[in-house]
Amino acid sequence: MAQELRPLLARNPMMIGIHTGGVWVAQRLHDLLKLQEPLGTLDISFYRDDFTRIGMNPEVKASDLPVNIDNRHVILVDDVLHTGRTIRAAMNEIFDYGRPASVTLAVLIDRNGHELPIHADIVGHTMSLNKGQHVKLTSDSATSEGALELKVQEAGE
Amino acid sequence: MSGDLQFDSQGRLHHFLTTEGLDRDTILQILDTAESFVSVGEREIKKVPLLRGKTVVNLFFESSTRTRTTFEIAAKRLSADVINVDTRVSSTTKGETLLDTIRNLEAMHTDLFVVRHSRSGAAYLVAQHVPSHVRIINAGDGSHAHPTQGMLDMFTIRRYKGSFENLKVAIVGDILHSRVARSQIHALTTLGVPEVRVIAPKTLLPTAVERLGVHSYTDMRAGLDDIDVVIMLRLQRERMESARIPSEQEYFNLYGLTTDKLRLAKKDAIVMHPGPMNRGLEIDSSVADGPQSVILPQVTNGIAVRMAVMAIIMGGKAQEEMPAKRPARRHA
Repeated sequence: MAQELRPLLARNPMMIGIHTGGVWVAQRLHDLLKLQEPLGTLDISFYRDDFTRIGMNPEVKASDLPVNIDNRHVILVDDVLHTGRTIRAAMNEIFDYGRPASVTLAVLIDRNGHELPIHADIVGHTMSLNKGQHVKLTSDSATSEGALELKVQEAGE
Repeated sequence: MSGDLQFDSQGRLHHFLTTEGLDRDTILQILDTAESFVSVGEREIKKVPLLRGKTVVNLFFESSTRTRTTFEIAAKRLSADVINVDTRVSSTTKGETLLDTIRNLEAMHTDLFVVRHSRSGAAYLVAQHVPSHVRIINAGDGSHAHPTQGMLDMFTIRRYKGSFENLKVAIVGDILHSRVARSQIHALTTLGVPEVRVIAPKTLLPTAVERLGVHSYTDMRAGLDDIDVVIMLRLQRERMESARIPSEQEYFNLYGLTTDKLRLAKKDAIVMHPGPMNRGLEIDSSVADGPQSVILPQVTNGIAVRMAVMAIIMGGKAQEEMPAKRPARRHA
């Protein structure tokens, strides 16, 4: 993924990770690409389209975009692209911070089950899973330093 | 008045009526959520879409500037539509009862009422009579409770002091009439503050106040010793049915917070006041405007905390509770 992102460096992009798994992936890409500006982080809890069904995420974190995003080329990073609803929410939130010049979507895993016309520009790995299966990125540490592991879970697990 | 009414059958917060009976996790969830809303208030576009399409009615039967305004800003930042009902010009002055007023506003498909009333228990009465999809927030009922003020005070304390475990907190002044003090005491003890003191003349202390888990002092100088947080209360002359203080000058001499008395507290103690302040009566201007005062940050924090409370009680459960065709009502 870092190799594919390298050509974008000429545009001086800023990187934003989506909590929680997307931040872990973004942190690694950020290090590999040696980006100078701090990584932005986004918690999309306040933008979810299922708020009236499932309520407030009890562990919401503050979004933190340390740099003004107006006219900037944004690389938006998440761990798994599934329905596309998280990305929609993330883009709504990004536009409440300003008007970026462009948004490029990079995901570690692109799986089947898209429900919206949203596609990733840069994909680490493509997976095909059954409807009840979920792929989840886990970390052995609360910080972004820990080892990351991908797990496939059955529904209800 | 117990807090049971504010939880749904699964123990989730449904109304917000009192800090009494809230567990530590619920209080911390409100504070943590509020922390995230602070960053929304610092953005260019200070709105999030959580309550889009919802209608919030601020129903204030008692005057208020700070509380009503911050509730209004909070609801607007959550993208709700907000209506302020000013009772001085409403039909309550024409003899309509509280419940009639509520039923009429409810008929306009209100989702959340923020209620302030001079009678203790008013918000409870309303919560008992609205259908289950309507939520109620108590914005102050008589001398009983003012839970969002209590929560914003906890939020402010945590922002300046980091945690609650090693703190000594003093609440000073008109404890007897103060709904704010009651809400603060419940929250402080639940959060594990090891020492909460109330400081007031005997005539302004409720009987058996120690039962709430606090130590009482009538000597302010002794009570302020080694304190981390000083919370001054407004002397509520409008709620006093008889003379409870000898004279204002004497009250200020004994219980007014001056730079001199504040020196008895810890060097880095913070000074709070829920407002509106009576300068020169319970607090001296040199303290209110001084370096240890966090009175204005309290107001700012009130917005994020009220956003958090609204978001938490309004979230979820929509499908099971939305009345499909508004069936026959209990009070039809």
